[in-house]
Amino acid sequence: MGFFFETLIGGLMAGVLYSLVALGFVLIFKASGVFNFAQGAMVLFAALAMARFSEWMPALLGFESKLLANLIAFAFAAICMFAMAWVVERLVLRPLVNQEGVTLLMATLGVTYFLDGFGQTIFGSAVYKIDIGMPKEPIFLLKSVFEGGILINKEDLYAAIIAAGLVAALTVFFQKTPTGRALRAVADDHQAAQSIGIPLNRMWVIVWCVAGVTALVAGMIWGSKIGVQFSLSTVALKALPVIILGGLTSVPGAIIGGLLIGVGEKLSEVYIGPMLGGGIEIWFSYVLALLVLLVRPQGLFGEKIIDRV
Amino acid sequence: MMRSKTLLAGALTALALATAGMQTQALAQAKVQFFPSLTGRTGPVAPNATPFANGYWDYMKLVNARGGINGVMTLVEECETAYATDRGVECYERLKGKHGGATVIQPLSTGITFALTEKVPADKIPMITSGYGRSDSADGMVFKWNFPLIGHYWVAGDTVIQHIANKEGGWAKLKGKKIAVGYHDSPFGRELLPILQERAKRHGFTLQLLPIPAPGVEQKAIWLQVRQQRPDWVILQTWGIMTPTAIREAVAVGYPMDKVIGTWWSGAEPDLRDVGAAARGYSAVMMQHGSEKNSEVVKEILSRIHDKGQGTGPRAEVGDVLYMRGVVGAMLAVEGVFRAQERYGKGQVMTGEQARWGYENLSIGRARLGQLGFTGVLSPIQTSCADHMGSAWARVHTWDGTKFNWSSDWLQGDEAIMRPMVTASADGYAKEKKIARRPEADCKS
Amino acid sequence: MIYRENGQFKVNYRSDQQIFPIAQDRMFIFGLLAFAFVVVPMLSSDYMLKAILIPFLILSLAAIGVNILVGYCGQISLGSGAFMAVGAYMAYNVFVRIDGMPLIIALLSGGFFATIVGVIFGIPSLRVKGLYLAVATLAAQFFCDWAFSRISWFTNNNSSGSVAVSNLEVLGWSINTPVDKYLFCLGFVSVFALLAKNLVRSAIGRQWMAIRDMDVAAAVIGIRPVYAKLTAFAVSSFIVGVAGALWGFVHLGSWEPLAFSIDRSFQLLFVVIIGGLGSIMGSFMGAAFIVILPVFLNQALPLVGSLFGVTVSIAMISHAEFMIFGALIVWFLIAEPHGLAKLWSIGKQKLRLWPFPH
Repeated sequence: MGFFFETLIGGLMAGVLYSLVALGFVLIFKASGVFNFAQGAMVLFAALAMARFSEWMPALLGFESKLLANLIAFAFAAICMFAMAWVVERLVLRPLVNQEGVTLLMATLGVTYFLDGFGQTIFGSAVYKIDIGMPKEPIFLLKSVFEGGILINKEDLYAAIIAAGLVAALTVFFQKTPTGRALRAVADDHQAAQSIGIPLNRMWVIVWCVAGVTALVAGMIWGSKIGVQFSLSTVALKALPVIILGGLTSVPGAIIGGLLIGVGEKLSEVYIGPMLGGGIEIWFSYVLALLVLLVRPQGLFGEKIIDRV
Repeated sequence: MMRSKTLLAGALTALALATAGMQTQALAQAKVQFFPSLTGRTGPVAPNATPFANGYWDYMKLVNARGGINGVMTLVEECETAYATDRGVECYERLKGKHGGATVIQPLSTGITFALTEKVPADKIPMITSGYGRSDSADGMVFKWNFPLIGHYWVAGDTVIQHIANKEGGWAKLKGKKIAVGYHDSPFGRELLPILQERAKRHGFTLQLLPIPAPGVEQKAIWLQVRQQRPDWVILQTWGIMTPTAIREAVAVGYPMDKVIGTWWSGAEPDLRDVGAAARGYSAVMMQHGSEKNSEVVKEILSRIHDKGQGTGPRAEVGDVLYMRGVVGAMLAVEGVFRAQERYGKGQVMTGEQARWGYENLSIGRARLGQLGFTGVLSPIQTSCADHMGSAWARVHTWDGTKFNWSSDWLQGDEAIMRPMVTASADGYAKEKKIARRPEADCKS
Repeated sequence: MIYRENGQFKVNYRSDQQIFPIAQDRMFIFGLLAFAFVVVPMLSSDYMLKAILIPFLILSLAAIGVNILVGYCGQISLGSGAFMAVGAYMAYNVFVRIDGMPLIIALLSGGFFATIVGVIFGIPSLRVKGLYLAVATLAAQFFCDWAFSRISWFTNNNSSGSVAVSNLEVLGWSINTPVDKYLFCLGFVSVFALLAKNLVRSAIGRQWMAIRDMDVAAAVIGIRPVYAKLTAFAVSSFIVGVAGALWGFVHLGSWEPLAFSIDRSFQLLFVVIIGGLGSIMGSFMGAAFIVILPVFLNQALPLVGSLFGVTVSIAMISHAEFMIFGALIVWFLIAEPHGLAKLWSIGKQKLRLWPFPH
C-alpha cells in the first residue's frame, strides 16, 4: 500500500515536470494558433544557455558565488530566449500568417532542426551541469505507518513548488496586467483584437518570449535533474499527450493533464509494465490521451471545436 | 523575383546531383593505409563517443610520428553517424572505396555492426568491434570478417557476475539473490542478457529485467520498481545520457551506489563527473584498460602530438577511459596491418583481405605491448581462426567521487560457459543465412 | 511553342480521360521511364545507386502513401514510421517463416498487415480532427516501436531484436547488385505510382478530396466519412507498408525498430509538405530534395569552408546540416507553401505560352 502511494506521488511529481514543458505549447497555441513543435528544442536551447553561461560568467567576470552565477546565467539565458522569440516571429511567423495549421506545424519543425543545430554549435554537444542547489537525497515520510516509509524526492518537490510559482505568476500576468489581457483578447479572436488596435505582431513576440521563459524554467529544472545534453529535447514528446489530454488551449488543462498523465504513466509502468515486459510508459500515455479524445475530442478543458460549413 | 529564385534552386539541385555522384579520386596514389572513423560527435551519445574518436585519431597520428607502419603512413577520415544506423551505413558506403580502400571499419555501434555484418563479406573489409557488436562473432569459423577483439558483451556479463559473486563471498552465496538489469532497449542492451540468464540458471539467482527505452531521460518508474523489488544488485548496460540519468535516479530513490555495477560503456568520466560525490561507490567492469593517465602511450601522445599542437581533442581528456578505448581500437587496427605486412610484404599498403589475415593471426605479447607503451594497460592478445576475440580479461574500477580506482583483480570471462553459447548462436546465424562453416583449410589461406 | 496542344484532338472519352492528355507530356514520361530503367543503371556508380537512388525511390513510394492520407484526404498522420515498421516486420515474418515464399508476395503481405494496423489506428480520425489527430497517431508510432522491441515473435525470436534478410530473388533473378535492387524498386514504384494516380482520379479520390476540403459539407451531400477516411487510411498504410518492407529488405538488409522511429515519420511528412500536398509528382520531388540535401551538404560544406580558409570539423558539418535543413524547410514554406509540385506546374504553365509573354 505504501508503495502505491509512493508511485502515485512520484507520478504526480513527474506530471508537474511534464506540465512545465506543456505550458509553453499551450501559451503559444492560445495566443497565435501555432502548434509549436519547437518547444522541446527551446527547452534544450534555454537549458544549454543557462548551463554554459553559469560556467562562463564566473570565469569571465571573476567571482565565485554560485548563486550570483546562476542568477546572471538565468538573466542571460532569458535574453537569449527573447532574441530567439523575436527572430522566430519576424522570420517565420510573420511571413506565414494565415497559412494552414499543417504548414505552421512544419515550419516549427524546421525551427526545431535549426535550434538543435544552432544550440549545439554555440554551446557544444557534451553533457553540461546545471547546479541550482537542488537537494538530491530523498526524504521518507510516515515511516511508522508504512514499512520503509514513503519516498518523496526532494528535488521533485522543489520543482513542483517552482512550477506552482510559475503558474501563479502566469495567472497574475494574464489576469491583472494590460499585456496579459491583450494576449487573452488575441487568443480569443485575432481579427477582433486587431480591430480594436492591439498590435498582433508585438503580441506574438511577447507570447513567444513568455513561452521562452517557461521553457527556460522547465529546462533549468530538467537540466538540474538529468544534466543538459542533446536528448533533453525529447521531453517534448513526453509532454504532447499532456496537451491533448488537457486541451490545446487551456493552461489549467496543461497542469491537470500533466498530473493525470504522470500518474497514469507511472502506475501503468509499475503495475502493468512487468506483465508486458516493461517499457510501456511512453505509449501508454498516448493511448490514455487518445481514449480521452475519443470521448471528448477537444481534450478535457479545451474549447469545443466548432466547424462552420 | 520568384523565377530567379526557382532558377537558382534548380541550378543548385543540378550541382548537388553532380557533386553527389562524383567520386573524389586521389590522382597520385600515395602510399597510405586508410582507416575510416565512424564518429558520434553529435546526437545522443556525443559526450561519450567524442573522446573515443579523438583517441582513435591521436593514436593514428602517433603511428605516423613513429614512422608509420614500416613506412606506410596512416590516413584517417571521419564521418558523422550520430549513432543512427542508417547514417552509419551511408558513411560506410561512402568511405569504403576512398583513398585506395578502407583497411578496417570500426562502427562503435551495435546497431551499425548488425547492419554491416551483412555487407562486409561482399566488400572484403574486416570489421573490428572491440567490446561491442555481436558476441557470437567471436566464432571466426562462421564470422570470417568480424573481430570482437579483446572482449564482447558476454565477457562483460560474465565478469560482472564473477565480481558480484566475489563480493558476496562465493558462487554458492548467489543462490536466492535478486539481480536487476537496467538495459538500453536496443540490440546493444539486449546483447548482455543471454550470459546473465545462463549464469542465473547455473547459480540460482533471479534476474529482473528492466528495459529502458532510448534515450532514457525519464527513468523514475524503473527506479521506483527497483525500490519496490529491492534487488541485491543492479547491473547497468547503458550508454550516453542514460547512464548519468540512471545513477541520479538511483541516488534519488536511495539505492546504495556500491551495489550498482555498470558494463564498460556505462562507466566513464562523462557519465559520472557531473554527479560527483553522490555517485561514490559506483563500479563498472572495464575491458582491461581504464583511465590510464600514467601509461607510456599517453605520455608519448602528449609529448609527440599534443605538445606540437596536433591533438584532435582537448588535452585534458587524454588518458580518460573512453579516450583510451579509442587508442586501443586504433592500436589493434594498426597491429593487424603490421602482422599482415609480415606475410604480404613489409612496407606495402595492405588491402582489406590482407589486413583480415593479420587480425586473424594477431599475437601481441608483453614485449610488443611494452614497445607500444601499453604496459599495465593491456594483457597479451592472441587471435586465431576459430577465436576472433583474442582475450577475455577484465577488471572492475570504482568511482570515489572524483576519479576511478581499480577495485578488483583481473577477472577472466569463463570460456567453458561462453564458448558453447557463442558456437550455438553462430550456428543459428549460419543456418538462417544458409552459409557453411569455414573449412579448416580456409584458415591457412 | 514546343509545349502546346495545337492539333491534338481527342476522338473518344478514353483518350480525353488519360493521365497525360498532352502528347508532349506522354513523350516526356516515357522518356523519363526509359532513362530511369536503361540509362541510369549504366551511368551511376554503386554509391550513387545505394545511397541516393534506392532511398529516393523507396521514400517517394512511402511519400505517395502519406500524400494520399495527408494531402488528398486531409488527415494529418505522424504514424507513418510505424506503418513502415509493420510492413517491414510482417514481410520479414512471412518471408522467413514460410519456406519458399516468393519475395513479391511477402512484400505485398507486409503491406496487407500494415493496412489492418492502419485502419485500426485510423478509427480515431472519425472523432478527432486536425492537430489532435496528428498527436493521436503518435500513439501508433510509439506502440509499434514498443511492440517490435518487446514481442520476440516479430523478430523470429532473435535475442538481439535485430533482423536481417538475404538471398532475395524473384523467379530466378537474383537481387544482389545495386543495379538489381534499383531496378526492383523502380518496378515497384512505377506500378504503385500509376495505381495511386488512377486511384486519386477516381470516385474514391474525389471523396477523399471532398472530405479534405470540407468534411461536414461532404457528409451532407452523401459521402460517408467513415468509408472515405478509413479507406484513405487503408490505402495509405498499404503503400507505406510496402515501402517499409522494401526499405528493410532492399535498402537496409538488416534493421532494428529504431530504423522506423518518429524521425522517419517526420521525414516523410517533410517530404510530402515540401513536395506538395495532394500531388503524386510532388512526392517524388520532395523525396529527391530530402535524400540529396544531406549528402550535398556533407560534400559541399567542407568545400565552401575551404574557400574561406576555414576547416570545418565533422561535428560542425553535422550541426550545419541540421541548421541549413531547418532553415530551408522554413524558407520553402514561406516561398512556396504548396511545394515543389506547384513550382513544377507553374513552370509547365509558363512553358505552354513560351516564347510569348502572355
